Amino acid sequence: MNQPAIKRLLAEASRHLDGMLLALLIVLLGVSVAVVFSASGQSGARLAGHLTNIAAAMAVLIVVANVPPHILAKLGPPLYVLGLVLLLGVALFGEIRNGSRRWLPLGFTSIQPSELMKIALPLMLAWYFQQREATLRLRHFGMAAVLIALPFLLILRQPDLGTSLLIAASGFYILFLAGLSWKIIAGLGVAGGLSLPIAWNLLHDYQRQRVLTLFDPMSDPLGAGYHIIQSTIAIGSGGAFGKGWLSGTQNQLDFVPERTTDFIFAVFSEEFGLLGVILLLLLYLAIVARGLRIADQAPSMFARLMAGAISLNFFTYIFVNIGMVSGILPVVGVPLPLMSYGGTALVTLMIGFGMLMSLATHRKLLKT
Amino acid sequence: MPSSVIKNLHLELARYRNRLKVGVGFVLALTLILAARLVYLQLVKHEHYQHLAESNRITLVPSVPNRGVIYDRNGRILADNFSGYTLEITVARAGDLDALLRQIGELIEITPRHLRQFKRLREESHEFETVPLKNRLTDVEVAILASNRYRLPGAEVKARLFRNYPAGEGLSHVIGYIGRINDRDLKSLRETGKIAGYKGGTHIGKVGIEQYYEDILHGRTGFEQMETDSAGRAVRILSQTPPIAGHDLILNLDMELQRVAEFAFGDYRGGLVAIDPNNGGVLAMVSKPGFDPNLFVEGIDPAAWKELNESIDTPMVNRPLRGIYPPGSTIKPFLALGALELGLRKPSDTIADPGYFSLPGSSHRYRDWKKEGHGVVDLHDSIVHSCDTYYYRLAVEMGVERMHDFLARFGLGSKSGVDLQNESSGLLPSKEWKQRRWKQPWYLGETVIAGIGQGYHLATPMQLAAATAMLANGGTFYRPRLVKAIRHSETREERAIPPEVAWKDRFDPAHLAHVRQAMVDVLKPGGTAARAGADAPYDIAGKTGTAQVVGIRQGAKYDASKLAERHRDHALFVAFAPAEAPRIALAVLVENGGSGSGTAAPIARAVFDYYLSGKKPEGVPILEDYESAGD
Repeated sequence: MNQPAIKRLLAEASRHLDGMLLALLIVLLGVSVAVVFSASGQSGARLAGHLTNIAAAMAVLIVVANVPPHILAKLGPPLYVLGLVLLLGVALFGEIRNGSRRWLPLGFTSIQPSELMKIALPLMLAWYFQQREATLRLRHFGMAAVLIALPFLLILRQPDLGTSLLIAASGFYILFLAGLSWKIIAGLGVAGGLSLPIAWNLLHDYQRQRVLTLFDPMSDPLGAGYHIIQSTIAIGSGGAFGKGWLSGTQNQLDFVPERTTDFIFAVFSEEFGLLGVILLLLLYLAIVARGLRIADQAPSMFARLMAGAISLNFFTYIFVNIGMVSGILPVVGVPLPLMSYGGTALVTLMIGFGMLMSLATHRKLLKT
Repeated sequence: MPSSVIKNLHLELARYRNRLKVGVGFVLALTLILAARLVYLQLVKHEHYQHLAESNRITLVPSVPNRGVIYDRNGRILADNFSGYTLEITVARAGDLDALLRQIGELIEITPRHLRQFKRLREESHEFETVPLKNRLTDVEVAILASNRYRLPGAEVKARLFRNYPAGEGLSHVIGYIGRINDRDLKSLRETGKIAGYKGGTHIGKVGIEQYYEDILHGRTGFEQMETDSAGRAVRILSQTPPIAGHDLILNLDMELQRVAEFAFGDYRGGLVAIDPNNGGVLAMVSKPGFDPNLFVEGIDPAAWKELNESIDTPMVNRPLRGIYPPGSTIKPFLALGALELGLRKPSDTIADPGYFSLPGSSHRYRDWKKEGHGVVDLHDSIVHSCDTYYYRLAVEMGVERMHDFLARFGLGSKSGVDLQNESSGLLPSKEWKQRRWKQPWYLGETVIAGIGQGYHLATPMQLAAATAMLANGGTFYRPRLVKAIRHSETREERAIPPEVAWKDRFDPAHLAHVRQAMVDVLKPGGTAARAGADAPYDIAGKTGTAQVVGIRQGAKYDASKLAERHRDHALFVAFAPAEAPRIALAVLVENGGSGSGTAAPIARAVFDYYLSGKKPEGVPILEDYESAGD
C-alpha cells in the first residue's frame, strides 16, 4: 500500500470519530496510565500491559465507530442469542472460581459470557424497539422484560448479584428511554421494595456479609471489612490536595487491596486529593454529557436508545465503583471505567464508545 | 406513512427527550451523592483518616536487649549468651500442622523429644505466637531449611541469642535458669508494671540468681519505629531507640572452689555453703544432686521433667536453701557460748557423765552417744568429744526460752536473707511456737533433746553456715551474698555491692576464745574430727554433728534396695579457718552420710585446703576455659 492510500484510509476511518469524545477519553486514559503506574508499585510490566490494553481498545473503538448503525442494530439478536447460549453453557459446564460459576472453559481459554451480555442486551432491546417504532404497546415492554429477565436470572444464579443487577439496569435504561410508563416504574419500585426481605433470604452468605459489612466494616476488619476500611482510610487521608503522585502511603505500602483494578479510585484520591477527585468527576460528567448529547441528536429510535443507554450505563459503573470504594455501596466486582487496569473491561467500554461515535457520525446517512 | 404513525413518532420523540432530561437529573443527583461522600471523607474526616493511615504504616518493633552475663569472682563465665538459629513455627500460618511437621522431619532430624517439647510449648502459647520446634540448628540444617522455605509455610528460621550455662549441674541451684515467659510470669509482670520492658522478649529468670537479679540482668528493651506494609514487612526504619543490654553480675562464688567441693561430695547427696565471714560473700554453694539448667531454657520436655521431679534423689530441691535438717551436735558450740554468756557455766565447771541423763523424778534415760559415758567433762571437752550428757543437763538449766533467744541471735529460725528467693526459715522451737502450732504445752523432755540439736529444731545449711560465720568473726551477722559486684553494661564500670551487716552482737572475747579453742581441738588428736584435721597447715575450728533420719520426707517412690541406705543418719559439719583469723566458714550436710566426722568433715577439709593453700584433691575435673560458650 502506498502512502496516499494509507492516508486516505486513515482519513476515512477518522471521519467517524467524535473529536470531543475522543479527546476526553484520551485525557482520562492518560490519567489512568499515571495512576496504574503508581498503584502497581511503579511496575514497568504493568505499565506496558496497560498501554497495550489501551492500544488494543483504541483499535477496537476505531473499528466499531466505522460500523454503520443499521449493521450494529442487526447484530443485536445474534449477539444476544450467543450470549444466552454461552450463559447456559456456564450454568451447565462452567468452571467454579471463588465459589461461583462464572467462567466458560473453551479449552484454550476461559471466557466470562456476562461481559458480552453487557453490550448484547441493550443492543438486542434497542433493535427490538426500533422494529416497533411508533407502534409501541405495553406488551412490547412485557416482551422486553422477558429479554432482560433471561440473562439476569442466569447470571444471578452463578451467583453474581452485582453483575446481574448491572445488566438488568442496562436493559432497564432502554425501557425507560423508550417511554415505559411512570406508573409501571413506580409499581416496579414498590414491588422491589416489598420483595427486599424475600431477596435478603435468597442471598448467599457472602453477599449478605458484604451488605452487612457496608454498615459496619469493623465487624470484620480482617475479612470482608478490610477492603472498605483500608480504601476509606486511603481516600480520607488524601485530604483536599492529596499526598502527591507516587506518595500515597496506603497505596505504596500495599494497604489498599486490588489497587490497580477495582480499588484504583482509592489510590487516585489518596494521591490527588479532593481537588483531583472533583476534576475526575467533571471529566466523567463531560463524557456522559457528550454521550447524552449524541443521544439527544440521534436520528433513529435505535440510535437514541442505544446512545442513551451506553451513556447512562457508563455512569452507572462509575457510580457503583466509587460508591463501593468510598464505602456507601456493597463491594461488587466492578472496575472503574477508563481507570482500572484490565483489558476485557476496557475493550467492552470502547465498544460502547465506538458505537456512540458511529451513532454520532453516521447520522446523515441514516434517514428514517 | 399514516398520520397516526407520524403522530406517534412525535409523541415518542417528545417523551424520549423528556426521559433524557430525567436521566441527566439522575446522573447529577448521584454525582452529588458521591461528591458529598468524598467531601465528608477528605475534608470533614480528613484528620481522622490521616491518623489512621499513619498508625497503619508505623509500627513499633521492640528490640530485645542482650541479657547480662554472670561471672564467678575470677571472671569465669557461669551464664552467657550465644547466637544461634532456631526453627520456629507459627501455628496459625501453618495450615496443616501435621503435614508441615512431617515435611520438616524429612528434611532435618526431628526427634520425638522435639515433638513432645513443641506440643507442650504450643499448649502454653497462642495461635499467632511462634513456637520453637528445634533450637541450635547446625549450619547444614539452616541451609536445608532455607532452601526449602517455600514449601514450609508457617515455619521460619530465626537468629536468636540463647542462654548457656557452662557450669551445668554444679551451679544449677545457684544460677538457676531462664525460661519462656508463661501466663503466670505475664500476670506478675503486669501487676508490677514491668510488662512494657518485656515486649518482644520471650524469656525471663525463673529461679536462682537469674530470677533474683532479673531486673538487672534483663536490660532495657529498645524500640524501632518501622514503616511497614500491610503484610507487616519492614520497609524502612524511621527512628531507633537501641536496647540497653542487661548488666553483668560478678559473684563472690569461686568456681574452682565449687568444683572442689562438689568433687569432695563424691556420690553423696547433700549441701554445702561456704561463706567469707568478713563480708558474708558466698564462696561456694553446693546442692547435690543438681540438674542441667540448659534443659529448662527452651522448655524441658515432659519425660525429662517427670524423671527429675520423681527422682528419689530430689535433684530439684535446693538443699542449702530449702533443705531443713536437725542441726544435731553442731548446735553445741553455740549453746556452750550461751552457757558462758548467760553465766550458767564457767569453763572450769565439770560434770560426771555416766553415759546418760535423767530428769529429776524420772527413770527415763537420755543416752549419750558413748554408751559408757565420757567421765568427768568440762565445757572444752564437751565440745571436743561432743558429750551429749553435758548438753542435756545444760539445756534443762538454760530452759527452752533462753535457748531459743540465744540461738536466734545467730540467725537460726529466720531466713538468712541471701540473695535467692524461696529460702526456708527452718524452725527454732519455743514454748510460744509449740502452743501456737500444736496447741500443746512444752514438755521438759523436749528441752533435753533440744540441747543436742534434735527434736523440733530444723535448720538449713545456709543458716548453719551464716551462724558459723558469725561465730567466726566474733559477732557480726552479714547477710550472705552471692553477688559481689554489678558491671554496668555500657560504662563497663564495676559497682561492688557493699557487705550488709544485718546485726552486730557483743560477746565476751574470752568466752569466744574458749569456744573457738575447743572447736580447734575437735580437729586435733583426740577430737571427734581428728582425722579430718590431720596435718593441716592451719588451724580449723569445727564441730561435727549427726541428725537422725526420721523418715523419707519426699520421694513418692520407694526403692527397697536403697531403703536401708536412706535410713542412715545425716552427717553434719560446721567449721571455719584459719581459726585465729577466719577467712572461710562453712556448713556441710551429707544426707545419709552416717557420721559427721566420717563424711562431712573431710569435705570441709578439701574445701579449706583449696581455698587456703590452693591444694586440689586429685581427680577434680579440670575446668576448661568458659570463654567460648557455644556448643
